[in-house]
Amino acid sequence: MNLEQAMDIRQQRILAALENKNTTVHFDDALDNQMILNMGPQHPATHGVLRLLIKLDGETVVACVPELGYLHRGYEKLAENCSYHEFIPHTDRLDYLSPLMNNTAYVLAVEKLIGIETPKRAQYLRTIICELARISSHLLGVGALAMDVGALTVFTWTFREREKLYDIFELLTGARFTTSFTRVGGLANDMTPEVKTAIHQFIEQIPEKFDECIKMLNTNRIFVERLDGVGVISKEKAVAMGMCGPNIRGVGVEHDLRRKEPYLVYNELDFTIPVFHGGDCLSRYYVRVNEVKESIKIVRQCLEKIPDGPVHANAPKKVLPRKERIYTKMEELIHDFMLINFGVNPPVGEVYHAIEGSKGELGFYIQSRGEGNPWRLKIRSPSFMNLQSTSLLVEGGMISDIVAVLGSLDPVMGEADK
Amino acid sequence: MLTTVVEKLKSQFPSGVLEVKEFRGETTVHIKKEDNVAVCTFLRDDEACRFDYCSDICGADAYTPENRFEVIYNLYSIPLNHRIRLKVFVDESDLHCPSVTGVWPGAEWPERETYDMVGIVFDGNKDMRRMYMPEEFQYFPLRKDFPMMGIPNSISLPRK
Repeated sequence: MNLEQAMDIRQQRILAALENKNTTVHFDDALDNQMILNMGPQHPATHGVLRLLIKLDGETVVACVPELGYLHRGYEKLAENCSYHEFIPHTDRLDYLSPLMNNTAYVLAVEKLIGIETPKRAQYLRTIICELARISSHLLGVGALAMDVGALTVFTWTFREREKLYDIFELLTGARFTTSFTRVGGLANDMTPEVKTAIHQFIEQIPEKFDECIKMLNTNRIFVERLDGVGVISKEKAVAMGMCGPNIRGVGVEHDLRRKEPYLVYNELDFTIPVFHGGDCLSRYYVRVNEVKESIKIVRQCLEKIPDGPVHANAPKKVLPRKERIYTKMEELIHDFMLINFGVNPPVGEVYHAIEGSKGELGFYIQSRGEGNPWRLKIRSPSFMNLQSTSLLVEGGMISDIVAVLGSLDPVMGEADK
Repeated sequence: MLTTVVEKLKSQFPSGVLEVKEFRGETTVHIKKEDNVAVCTFLRDDEACRFDYCSDICGADAYTPENRFEVIYNLYSIPLNHRIRLKVFVDESDLHCPSVTGVWPGAEWPERETYDMVGIVFDGNKDMRRMYMPEEFQYFPLRKDFPMMGIPNSISLPRK
Protein backbone atom coordinates (compact mmCIF):
# COMPACT_ATOMS: atom_id res chain seq x y z
CA MET A 1 0.00 0.00 0.00
CA ASN A 2 1.51 3.31 -1.00
CA LEU A 3 1.24 6.60 0.83
CA GLU A 4 -1.58 7.91 -1.32
CA GLN A 5 -3.82 4.92 -0.62
CA ALA A 6 -3.03 5.18 3.07
CA MET A 7 -4.04 8.85 3.03
CA ASP A 8 -7.25 7.95 1.25
CA ILE A 9 -8.19 5.41 3.89
CA ARG A 10 -7.35 7.90 6.63
CA GLN A 11 -9.54 10.55 4.96
CA GLN A 12 -12.40 8.09 4.65
CA ARG A 13 -12.12 7.21 8.33
CA ILE A 14 -12.18 10.86 9.35
CA LEU A 15 -15.22 11.47 7.13
CA ALA A 16 -17.02 8.46 8.55
CA ALA A 17 -16.25 9.64 12.07
CA LEU A 18 -17.57 13.10 11.27
CA GLU A 19 -20.82 11.72 9.88
CA ASN A 20 -21.40 9.56 12.92
CA LYS A 21 -23.28 11.55 15.54
CA ASN A 22 -21.86 9.40 18.33
CA THR A 23 -18.28 10.45 17.65
CA THR A 24 -16.65 12.13 20.60
CA VAL A 25 -13.32 13.90 20.93
CA HIS A 26 -11.25 13.89 24.10
CA PHE A 27 -8.75 16.54 25.11
CA ASP A 28 -6.44 16.18 28.07
CA ASP A 29 -6.64 19.88 28.75
CA ALA A 30 -9.21 21.91 26.86
CA LEU A 31 -7.22 25.15 27.21
CA ASP A 32 -3.95 23.71 26.05
CA ASN A 33 -4.30 22.74 22.45
CA GLN A 34 -3.54 24.43 19.20
CA MET A 35 -5.78 24.60 16.22
CA ILE A 36 -4.89 25.16 12.58
CA LEU A 37 -7.39 27.39 10.83
CA ASN A 38 -7.58 27.82 7.11
CA MET A 39 -8.70 31.32 6.12
CA GLY A 40 -9.40 31.84 2.45
CA PRO A 41 -8.86 31.71 -0.46
CA GLN A 42 -12.60 32.42 -0.66
CA HIS A 43 -12.86 34.62 2.40
CA PRO A 44 -14.44 38.06 1.94
CA ALA A 45 -11.96 39.78 4.27
CA THR A 46 -8.90 38.59 2.36
CA HIS A 47 -9.59 41.10 -0.45
CA GLY A 48 -9.47 38.49 -3.17
CA VAL A 49 -7.95 35.07 -3.20
CA LEU A 50 -5.40 35.22 -0.43
CA ARG A 51 -5.12 32.12 1.75
CA LEU A 52 -3.86 32.28 5.29
CA LEU A 53 -2.97 29.25 7.36
CA ILE A 54 -3.30 30.27 10.96
CA LYS A 55 -2.15 28.39 14.03
CA LEU A 56 -4.26 29.35 16.98
CA ASP A 57 -3.91 28.97 20.70
CA GLY A 58 -7.38 29.79 21.89
CA GLU A 59 -8.00 33.11 20.18
CA THR A 60 -4.34 34.12 19.96
CA VAL A 61 -2.51 33.76 16.68
CA VAL A 62 0.63 31.71 17.19
CA ALA A 63 1.74 31.52 13.58
CA CYS A 64 0.45 32.66 10.24
CA VAL A 65 1.55 31.50 6.80
CA PRO A 66 0.16 33.37 3.77
CA GLU A 67 -0.23 31.35 0.60
CA LEU A 68 -0.30 33.14 -2.73
CA GLY A 69 -0.79 32.09 -6.30
CA TYR A 70 -4.53 31.60 -6.62
CA LEU A 71 -4.68 34.40 -9.17
CA HIS A 72 -1.36 33.76 -10.87
CA ARG A 73 -1.85 34.33 -14.58
CA GLY A 74 1.77 34.43 -15.66
CA TYR A 75 1.88 37.99 -16.92
CA GLU A 76 5.67 37.99 -16.95
CA LYS A 77 5.68 35.02 -19.32
CA LEU A 78 2.99 36.66 -21.44
CA ALA A 79 5.03 39.86 -21.63
CA GLU A 80 7.96 37.97 -23.14
CA ASN A 81 5.68 36.78 -25.92
CA CYS A 82 3.91 39.98 -26.88
CA SER A 83 5.09 43.34 -28.13
CA TYR A 84 5.49 46.38 -25.91
CA HIS A 85 2.17 47.79 -27.05
CA GLU A 86 0.33 44.52 -26.67
CA PHE A 87 1.22 44.32 -23.00
CA ILE A 88 -0.58 47.55 -22.05
CA PRO A 89 -4.03 45.91 -21.66
CA HIS A 90 -2.50 43.25 -19.40
CA THR A 91 -1.33 45.95 -16.98
CA ASP A 92 -4.98 46.85 -16.35
CA ARG A 93 -5.42 43.51 -14.68
CA LEU A 94 -2.59 43.90 -12.19
CA ASP A 95 -3.95 46.32 -9.63
CA TYR A 96 -7.50 46.34 -10.86
CA LEU A 97 -8.48 49.13 -8.48
CA SER A 98 -6.23 51.66 -10.18
CA PRO A 99 -5.62 50.45 -13.75
CA LEU A 100 -4.69 53.92 -15.01
CA MET A 101 -1.76 53.98 -12.63
CA ASN A 102 -0.45 50.64 -13.90
CA ASN A 103 -0.78 51.81 -17.50
CA THR A 104 1.26 54.89 -16.67
CA ALA A 105 3.91 52.99 -14.71
CA TYR A 106 4.43 50.53 -17.54
CA VAL A 107 4.73 53.05 -20.35
CA LEU A 108 7.07 55.22 -18.29
CA ALA A 109 9.40 52.24 -17.97
CA VAL A 110 9.21 51.54 -21.71
CA GLU A 111 9.78 55.20 -22.51
CA LYS A 112 12.83 55.25 -20.28
CA LEU A 113 14.11 52.20 -22.13
CA ILE A 114 13.52 53.76 -25.54
CA GLY A 115 14.70 57.16 -24.41
CA ILE A 116 11.80 59.37 -25.44
CA GLU A 117 10.02 62.02 -23.47
CA THR A 118 6.38 62.90 -23.81
CA PRO A 119 5.09 66.46 -24.21
CA LYS A 120 4.07 68.46 -21.17
CA ARG A 121 0.36 68.09 -21.80
CA ALA A 122 0.63 64.31 -21.80
CA GLN A 123 2.63 64.40 -18.59
CA TYR A 124 0.07 66.59 -16.85
CA LEU A 125 -2.75 64.40 -18.10
CA ARG A 126 -0.94 61.30 -16.83
CA THR A 127 -0.49 62.94 -13.45
CA ILE A 128 -4.20 63.71 -13.33
CA ILE A 129 -5.22 60.16 -14.16
CA CYS A 130 -2.68 58.76 -11.69
CA GLU A 131 -4.06 60.86 -8.88
CA LEU A 132 -7.66 60.09 -9.79
CA ALA A 133 -6.73 56.41 -9.71
CA ARG A 134 -5.11 56.90 -6.32
CA ILE A 135 -8.29 58.54 -5.00
CA SER A 136 -10.35 55.68 -6.37
CA SER A 137 -8.06 53.07 -4.85
CA HIS A 138 -7.85 54.72 -1.44
CA LEU A 139 -11.60 55.23 -1.35
CA LEU A 140 -11.99 51.50 -1.71
CA GLY A 141 -9.14 50.83 0.72
CA VAL A 142 -10.73 52.97 3.42
CA GLY A 143 -14.22 51.68 2.72
CA ALA A 144 -13.18 48.04 2.72
CA LEU A 145 -11.16 48.49 5.91
CA ALA A 146 -14.23 49.96 7.59
CA MET A 147 -16.35 47.09 6.30
CA ASP A 148 -13.85 44.52 7.54
CA VAL A 149 -14.07 45.83 11.07
CA GLY A 150 -17.83 46.12 10.95
CA ALA A 151 -18.76 49.62 9.75
CA LEU A 152 -20.76 48.68 6.68
CA THR A 153 -22.25 52.03 5.74
CA VAL A 154 -19.03 53.81 4.84
CA PHE A 155 -18.27 51.20 2.20
CA THR A 156 -21.43 52.09 0.29
CA TRP A 157 -20.66 55.80 0.63
CA THR A 158 -17.14 55.51 -0.72
CA PHE A 159 -18.44 53.32 -3.52
CA ARG A 160 -20.89 56.05 -4.46
CA GLU A 161 -17.92 58.40 -4.91
CA ARG A 162 -15.95 55.80 -6.85
CA GLU A 163 -18.90 55.40 -9.17
CA LYS A 164 -18.51 59.07 -10.16
CA LEU A 165 -14.85 58.44 -10.85
CA TYR A 166 -15.71 55.49 -13.04
CA ASP A 167 -18.07 57.71 -15.00
CA ILE A 168 -15.16 60.09 -15.59
CA PHE A 169 -12.91 57.20 -16.66
CA GLU A 170 -15.57 56.03 -19.06
CA LEU A 171 -15.86 59.50 -20.54
CA LEU A 172 -12.10 59.80 -20.82
CA THR A 173 -10.99 56.34 -21.91
CA GLY A 174 -14.14 54.62 -23.11
CA ALA A 175 -13.97 51.92 -20.46
CA ARG A 176 -14.74 51.83 -16.78
CA PHE A 177 -12.31 49.22 -15.47
CA THR A 178 -9.97 48.03 -18.18
CA THR A 179 -8.87 51.41 -19.38
CA SER A 180 -5.62 50.70 -21.36
CA PHE A 181 -5.39 54.44 -21.76
CA THR A 182 -1.69 55.16 -22.13
CA ARG A 183 0.46 54.47 -25.16
CA VAL A 184 4.20 54.35 -25.56
CA GLY A 185 5.06 58.00 -26.08
CA GLY A 186 1.66 59.43 -25.28
CA LEU A 187 -1.94 58.68 -24.55
CA ALA A 188 -4.75 57.03 -26.49
CA ASN A 189 -6.79 60.24 -26.58
CA ASP A 190 -6.58 63.81 -25.51
CA MET A 191 -8.82 65.10 -22.74
CA THR A 192 -11.95 66.73 -24.14
CA PRO A 193 -13.38 69.89 -22.49
CA GLU A 194 -16.30 67.73 -21.37
CA VAL A 195 -13.97 65.50 -19.35
CA LYS A 196 -12.25 68.52 -17.88
CA THR A 197 -15.57 69.86 -16.63
CA ALA A 198 -16.47 66.47 -15.22
CA ILE A 199 -13.17 66.23 -13.31
CA HIS A 200 -13.67 69.81 -12.09
CA GLN A 201 -17.11 68.97 -10.79
CA PHE A 202 -15.85 65.85 -9.09
CA ILE A 203 -12.96 67.67 -7.45
CA GLU A 204 -15.27 70.41 -6.21
CA GLN A 205 -17.67 68.08 -4.44
CA ILE A 206 -15.39 65.25 -3.26
CA PRO A 207 -13.81 67.00 -0.21
CA GLU A 208 -17.18 67.48 1.42
CA LYS A 209 -18.42 63.98 0.61
CA PHE A 210 -15.16 62.41 1.72
CA ASP A 211 -15.21 64.34 4.99
CA GLU A 212 -18.66 62.91 5.62
CA CYS A 213 -17.28 59.38 5.38
CA ILE A 214 -14.22 60.18 7.45
CA LYS A 215 -16.17 61.96 10.16
CA MET A 216 -18.31 58.91 10.52
CA LEU A 217 -15.24 56.71 11.03
CA ASN A 218 -13.04 59.00 13.10
CA THR A 219 -15.77 59.60 15.65
CA ASN A 220 -16.69 55.94 15.76
CA ARG A 221 -15.21 54.55 18.95
CA ILE A 222 -15.50 50.92 17.88
CA PHE A 223 -13.70 51.61 14.60
CA VAL A 224 -10.85 53.50 16.25
CA GLU A 225 -10.39 50.98 19.03
CA ARG A 226 -10.36 48.06 16.64
CA LEU A 227 -7.43 49.66 14.80
CA ASP A 228 -5.50 51.55 17.46
CA GLY A 229 -2.37 49.67 18.51
CA VAL A 230 -3.24 46.66 16.35
CA GLY A 231 -0.73 45.15 13.95
CA VAL A 232 2.24 47.23 15.06
CA ILE A 233 5.54 47.05 13.21
CA SER A 234 8.72 48.97 13.96
CA LYS A 235 10.37 51.40 11.57
CA GLU A 236 13.50 49.28 11.04
CA LYS A 237 11.53 46.10 10.46
CA ALA A 238 9.18 47.73 7.98
CA VAL A 239 12.10 48.99 5.90
CA ALA A 240 13.92 45.67 6.09
CA MET A 241 10.78 43.78 5.07
CA GLY A 242 10.37 45.97 2.00
CA MET A 243 7.04 47.47 2.97
CA CYS A 244 6.03 50.35 0.76
CA GLY A 245 3.45 53.00 0.06
CA PRO A 246 1.03 54.16 2.74
CA ASN A 247 2.09 51.26 4.93
CA ILE A 248 5.68 52.47 5.28
CA ARG A 249 4.57 56.08 5.69
CA GLY A 250 2.41 54.82 8.54
CA VAL A 251 5.52 53.84 10.51
CA GLY A 252 7.15 57.24 10.18
CA VAL A 253 9.39 56.74 7.15
CA GLU A 254 8.95 59.60 4.73
CA HIS A 255 9.44 57.55 1.62
CA ASP A 256 7.42 58.64 -1.38
CA LEU A 257 8.82 58.29 -4.89
CA ARG A 258 6.79 61.28 -6.05
CA ARG A 259 9.17 63.40 -3.95
CA LYS A 260 12.28 61.20 -3.89
CA GLU A 261 12.54 60.44 -7.61
CA PRO A 262 10.13 62.91 -9.21
CA TYR A 263 8.64 61.52 -12.38
CA LEU A 264 5.99 63.16 -14.61
CA VAL A 265 5.40 66.70 -13.29
CA TYR A 266 5.40 66.06 -9.55
CA ASN A 267 8.34 68.42 -8.95
CA GLU A 268 6.24 71.32 -10.30
CA LEU A 269 3.38 70.69 -7.92
CA ASP A 270 2.78 71.67 -4.33
CA PHE A 271 1.74 68.85 -2.04
CA THR A 272 2.81 67.29 1.22
CA ILE A 273 3.57 63.69 2.08
CA PRO A 274 1.42 62.55 5.00
CA VAL A 275 3.49 60.62 7.54
CA PHE A 276 2.21 59.02 10.74
CA HIS A 277 4.37 57.42 13.36
CA GLY A 278 2.17 54.83 15.05
CA GLY A 279 3.03 51.87 12.84
CA ASP A 280 -0.39 50.38 13.59
CA CYS A 281 -3.55 49.92 11.54
CA LEU A 282 -4.89 53.32 12.57
CA SER A 283 -1.78 55.14 11.28
CA ARG A 284 -2.01 53.35 7.95
CA TYR A 285 -5.65 54.37 7.74
CA TYR A 286 -4.83 58.01 8.53
CA VAL A 287 -2.12 58.06 5.86
CA ARG A 288 -4.62 56.93 3.23
CA VAL A 289 -7.19 59.47 4.33
CA ASN A 290 -4.69 62.31 4.14
CA GLU A 291 -3.33 61.12 0.82
CA VAL A 292 -6.76 61.42 -0.74
CA LYS A 293 -6.82 65.06 0.34
CA GLU A 294 -3.36 65.65 -1.14
CA SER A 295 -4.39 63.95 -4.39
CA ILE A 296 -7.37 66.27 -4.67
CA LYS A 297 -4.94 69.20 -4.29
CA ILE A 298 -2.69 67.79 -7.00
CA VAL A 299 -5.52 67.25 -9.48
CA ARG A 300 -6.76 70.79 -8.89
CA GLN A 301 -3.30 72.25 -9.56
CA CYS A 302 -2.87 70.10 -12.66
CA LEU A 303 -6.17 71.24 -14.09
CA GLU A 304 -5.07 74.86 -13.64
CA LYS A 305 -1.58 74.35 -15.03
CA ILE A 306 -2.21 71.92 -17.88
CA PRO A 307 -0.86 73.47 -21.10
CA ASP A 308 -2.24 73.05 -24.59
CA GLY A 309 -0.40 71.05 -27.17
CA PRO A 310 0.02 67.53 -28.45
CA VAL A 311 -0.26 64.43 -26.27
CA HIS A 312 2.13 62.38 -28.38
CA ALA A 313 5.89 62.52 -28.51
CA ASN A 314 7.37 63.47 -31.85
CA ALA A 315 9.05 60.13 -32.54
CA PRO A 316 7.23 58.58 -35.51
CA LYS A 317 9.27 55.38 -35.48
CA LYS A 318 8.33 54.65 -31.86
CA VAL A 319 4.90 56.17 -31.29
CA LEU A 320 1.75 54.76 -32.87
CA PRO A 321 0.27 57.29 -35.32
CA ARG A 322 -3.31 58.55 -35.12
CA LYS A 323 -5.87 56.39 -36.88
CA GLU A 324 -7.22 59.11 -39.17
CA ARG A 325 -3.72 59.84 -40.44
CA ILE A 326 -2.96 56.17 -41.11
CA TYR A 327 -5.81 56.09 -43.61
CA THR A 328 -4.77 59.26 -45.41
CA LYS A 329 -0.98 59.56 -45.19
CA MET A 330 1.56 57.16 -46.67
CA GLU A 331 4.29 57.79 -44.05
CA GLU A 332 1.96 57.07 -41.16
CA LEU A 333 0.71 53.92 -42.85
CA ILE A 334 4.28 52.64 -43.13
CA HIS A 335 5.10 53.50 -39.51
CA ASP A 336 1.91 51.88 -38.29
CA PHE A 337 2.68 48.72 -40.26
CA MET A 338 6.22 48.54 -38.90
CA LEU A 339 5.17 49.27 -35.30
CA ILE A 340 2.37 46.72 -35.29
CA ASN A 341 4.33 43.97 -37.03
CA PHE A 342 7.81 44.44 -35.60
CA GLY A 343 7.30 46.53 -32.47
CA VAL A 344 9.17 49.49 -31.07
CA ASN A 345 12.57 47.72 -30.89
CA PRO A 346 14.26 49.58 -28.03
CA PRO A 347 18.06 49.47 -27.78
CA VAL A 348 19.81 46.63 -25.98
CA GLY A 349 19.81 47.31 -22.26
CA GLU A 350 17.89 47.09 -19.05
CA VAL A 351 15.94 49.61 -17.02
CA TYR A 352 14.00 49.68 -13.80
CA HIS A 353 11.44 52.40 -13.38
CA ALA A 354 9.20 52.72 -10.38
CA ILE A 355 6.36 55.08 -9.58
CA GLU A 356 4.56 55.66 -6.34
CA GLY A 357 1.44 53.63 -6.96
CA SER A 358 -1.59 53.71 -4.74
CA LYS A 359 -0.29 50.62 -2.89
CA GLY A 360 3.39 51.57 -2.96
CA GLU A 361 6.42 51.29 -5.19
CA LEU A 362 5.13 49.91 -8.48
CA GLY A 363 8.12 49.13 -10.64
CA PHE A 364 8.78 47.54 -13.98
CA TYR A 365 12.16 46.00 -14.71
CA ILE A 366 12.65 45.40 -18.43
CA GLN A 367 15.51 43.63 -20.19
CA SER A 368 15.66 44.39 -23.88
CA ARG A 369 17.67 42.63 -26.56
CA GLY A 370 16.71 45.09 -29.27
CA GLU A 371 13.70 43.07 -30.33
CA GLY A 372 10.02 43.90 -30.50
CA ASN A 373 9.30 41.86 -27.36
CA PRO A 374 10.87 42.37 -23.97
CA TRP A 375 13.39 39.63 -23.19
CA ARG A 376 12.41 39.70 -19.53
CA LEU A 377 9.85 41.84 -17.79
CA LYS A 378 9.56 41.82 -14.03
CA ILE A 379 6.75 43.48 -12.18
CA ARG A 380 7.70 44.77 -8.76
CA SER A 381 4.29 44.67 -7.18
CA PRO A 382 3.77 46.61 -3.96
CA SER A 383 1.00 44.35 -2.65
CA PHE A 384 3.32 41.35 -2.84
CA MET A 385 5.93 43.05 -0.67
CA ASN A 386 3.33 44.41 1.74
CA LEU A 387 1.75 41.00 2.22
CA GLN A 388 5.10 39.59 3.19
CA SER A 389 4.81 41.35 6.53
CA THR A 390 1.38 39.89 7.29
CA SER A 391 2.73 37.16 9.53
CA LEU A 392 4.85 39.66 11.48
CA LEU A 393 1.84 41.90 11.99
CA VAL A 394 -0.69 39.31 13.12
CA GLU A 395 1.42 36.92 15.17
CA GLY A 396 0.76 37.38 18.86
CA GLY A 397 -2.48 39.23 18.24
CA MET A 398 -6.08 38.11 18.32
CA ILE A 399 -7.74 36.21 15.51
CA SER A 400 -10.29 38.97 14.98
CA ASP A 401 -7.47 41.44 14.35
CA ILE A 402 -6.38 39.57 11.23
CA VAL A 403 -9.12 41.14 9.16
CA ALA A 404 -8.23 44.58 10.47
CA VAL A 405 -4.55 44.07 9.61
CA LEU A 406 -5.34 42.79 6.13
CA GLY A 407 -7.72 45.66 5.52
CA SER A 408 -5.14 48.19 6.63
CA LEU A 409 -2.43 46.65 4.42
CA ASP A 410 -4.84 47.04 1.50
CA PRO A 411 -3.47 44.29 -0.76
CA VAL A 412 -4.81 43.59 -4.22
CA MET A 413 -4.35 39.99 -5.20
CA GLY A 414 -4.34 40.69 -8.92
CA GLU A 415 -1.12 42.56 -8.37
CA ALA A 416 0.41 40.30 -5.72
CA ASP A 417 -0.13 37.20 -7.85
CA LYS A 418 0.62 38.78 -11.23
CA MET B 1 26.10 58.31 -11.59
CA LEU B 2 27.13 56.30 -8.57
CA THR B 3 30.88 56.78 -8.86
CA THR B 4 31.61 56.79 -5.12
CA VAL B 5 29.63 53.62 -4.50
CA VAL B 6 31.17 51.83 -7.47
CA GLU B 7 34.70 52.94 -6.52
CA LYS B 8 34.19 51.76 -2.95
CA LEU B 9 32.86 48.44 -4.16
CA LYS B 10 35.86 47.99 -6.48
CA SER B 11 38.40 48.77 -3.78
CA GLN B 12 36.62 46.58 -1.24
CA PHE B 13 36.08 43.63 -3.58
CA PRO B 14 38.83 43.81 -6.24
CA SER B 15 38.09 40.33 -7.56
CA GLY B 16 34.39 40.29 -6.73
CA VAL B 17 33.30 43.07 -9.08
CA LEU B 18 33.33 41.70 -12.62
CA GLU B 19 31.82 44.47 -14.68
CA VAL B 20 30.11 47.82 -14.28
CA LYS B 21 27.52 48.92 -16.82
CA GLU B 22 25.75 52.20 -17.26
CA PHE B 23 22.51 52.59 -19.18
CA ARG B 24 19.94 55.41 -19.04
CA GLY B 25 21.50 56.69 -15.84
CA GLU B 26 21.23 53.35 -14.07
CA THR B 27 24.24 51.48 -12.77
CA THR B 28 24.45 47.71 -13.03
CA VAL B 29 27.26 45.93 -11.22
CA HIS B 30 28.04 42.32 -12.08
CA ILE B 31 29.43 40.53 -9.06
CA LYS B 32 30.73 37.06 -8.31
CA LYS B 33 28.18 34.63 -6.95
CA GLU B 34 30.36 33.73 -3.96
CA ASP B 35 30.73 37.37 -2.87
CA ASN B 36 27.01 37.97 -3.07
CA VAL B 37 26.26 38.19 0.66
CA ALA B 38 29.46 40.07 1.51
CA VAL B 39 28.77 42.71 -1.15
CA CYS B 40 25.17 43.12 -0.04
CA THR B 41 26.15 43.46 3.62
CA PHE B 42 28.78 46.03 2.66
CA LEU B 43 26.28 47.98 0.55
CA ARG B 44 23.79 48.00 3.40
CA ASP B 45 26.20 49.04 6.15
CA ASP B 46 28.66 51.40 4.45
CA GLU B 47 28.11 55.09 5.20
CA ALA B 48 28.29 56.19 1.57
CA CYS B 49 26.03 53.38 0.28
CA ARG B 50 23.34 52.61 2.88
CA PHE B 51 21.20 50.47 0.61
CA ASP B 52 18.74 49.60 3.34
CA TYR B 53 15.80 48.83 1.07
CA CYS B 54 15.73 45.79 -1.19
CA SER B 55 13.28 46.84 -3.86
CA ASP B 56 13.17 43.65 -5.81
CA ILE B 57 14.92 40.43 -6.65
CA CYS B 58 14.27 38.58 -9.84
CA GLY B 59 15.75 35.89 -12.02
CA ALA B 60 16.22 35.88 -15.74
CA ASP B 61 17.08 33.22 -18.25
CA ALA B 62 19.72 34.52 -20.67
CA TYR B 63 19.60 31.20 -22.57
CA THR B 64 23.35 31.01 -23.12
CA PRO B 65 25.46 27.84 -22.81
CA GLU B 66 27.44 29.34 -19.94
CA ASN B 67 26.09 31.39 -17.05
CA ARG B 68 22.58 30.76 -18.23
CA PHE B 69 20.72 32.34 -15.35
CA GLU B 70 20.95 35.76 -13.80
CA VAL B 71 19.77 36.90 -10.40
CA ILE B 72 19.09 40.60 -10.37
CA TYR B 73 18.92 42.70 -7.21
CA ASN B 74 17.35 46.14 -7.48
CA LEU B 75 18.44 48.04 -4.41
CA TYR B 76 17.40 51.42 -3.11
CA SER B 77 18.64 53.63 -0.32
CA ILE B 78 15.94 55.51 1.57
CA PRO B 79 18.30 57.92 3.43
CA LEU B 80 20.55 58.69 0.44
CA ASN B 81 17.97 58.27 -2.32
CA HIS B 82 19.94 56.35 -4.91
CA ARG B 83 19.56 53.06 -6.71
CA ILE B 84 21.91 50.34 -7.83
CA ARG B 85 21.44 47.04 -9.57
CA LEU B 86 23.48 43.97 -8.76
CA LYS B 87 23.70 41.01 -11.05
CA VAL B 88 24.86 37.51 -10.25
CA PHE B 89 25.34 34.78 -12.83
CA VAL B 90 24.24 31.26 -12.05
CA ASP B 91 25.32 28.39 -14.23
CA GLU B 92 22.94 25.62 -15.23
CA SER B 93 25.23 22.97 -13.73
CA ASP B 94 25.03 24.54 -10.27
CA LEU B 95 21.68 26.18 -9.61
CA HIS B 96 22.55 27.35 -6.12
CA CYS B 97 22.99 30.93 -5.02
CA PRO B 98 23.60 32.30 -1.51
CA SER B 99 20.51 33.89 0.00
CA VAL B 100 20.48 37.52 1.13
CA THR B 101 17.65 37.05 3.62
CA GLY B 102 20.22 37.62 6.36
CA VAL B 103 20.88 41.09 4.97
CA TRP B 104 17.30 42.07 4.14
CA PRO B 105 14.62 39.80 5.69
CA GLY B 106 12.23 41.08 3.03
CA ALA B 107 14.20 39.22 0.38
CA GLU B 108 12.51 35.98 1.38
CA TRP B 109 9.47 36.16 -0.87
CA PRO B 110 11.23 37.59 -3.93
CA GLU B 111 13.77 34.75 -3.63
CA ARG B 112 10.98 32.21 -3.37
CA GLU B 113 9.42 33.74 -6.46
CA THR B 114 12.73 33.53 -8.31
CA TYR B 115 12.99 29.87 -7.36
CA ASP B 116 9.44 29.27 -8.51
CA MET B 117 9.88 31.00 -11.85
CA VAL B 118 13.43 30.11 -12.97
CA GLY B 119 14.49 27.42 -10.52
CA ILE B 120 17.43 28.98 -8.71
CA VAL B 121 17.82 27.55 -5.20
CA PHE B 122 18.82 30.09 -2.58
CA ASP B 123 20.97 28.52 0.12
CA GLY B 124 20.08 29.99 3.47
CA ASN B 125 16.49 30.91 2.69
CA LYS B 126 14.48 29.14 5.37
CA ASP B 127 11.31 28.73 3.35
CA MET B 128 12.30 27.58 -0.12
CA ARG B 129 8.82 26.56 -1.27
CA ARG B 130 7.17 27.57 -4.50
CA MET B 131 5.54 30.99 -4.38
CA TYR B 132 2.80 30.81 -6.99
CA MET B 133 2.78 27.42 -8.69
CA PRO B 134 1.48 24.26 -7.00
CA GLU B 135 4.03 22.33 -4.98
CA GLU B 136 3.91 19.28 -7.28
CA PHE B 137 4.58 21.32 -10.43
CA GLN B 138 7.88 20.14 -11.89
CA TYR B 139 8.81 22.89 -14.34
CA PHE B 140 10.00 26.47 -14.08
CA PRO B 141 7.72 28.59 -16.23
CA LEU B 142 9.93 31.61 -16.85
CA ARG B 143 12.72 29.58 -18.40
CA LYS B 144 12.96 30.15 -22.10
CA ASP B 145 12.55 26.44 -22.89
CA PHE B 146 9.17 26.33 -21.17
CA PRO B 147 6.55 26.78 -23.89
CA MET B 148 4.19 29.73 -23.76
CA MET B 149 1.13 27.45 -24.01
CA GLY B 150 2.25 25.36 -21.05
CA ILE B 151 2.83 21.63 -20.85
CA PRO B 152 -0.25 19.37 -20.97
CA ASN B 153 -1.02 17.52 -17.73
CA SER B 154 1.72 19.33 -15.84
CA ILE B 155 -0.80 20.51 -13.28
CA SER B 156 -2.86 17.67 -11.86
CA LEU B 157 -6.57 18.27 -11.49
CA PRO B 158 -8.15 17.74 -8.08
CA ARG B 159 -9.17 14.16 -7.43
CA LYS B 160 -12.90 13.48 -7.33
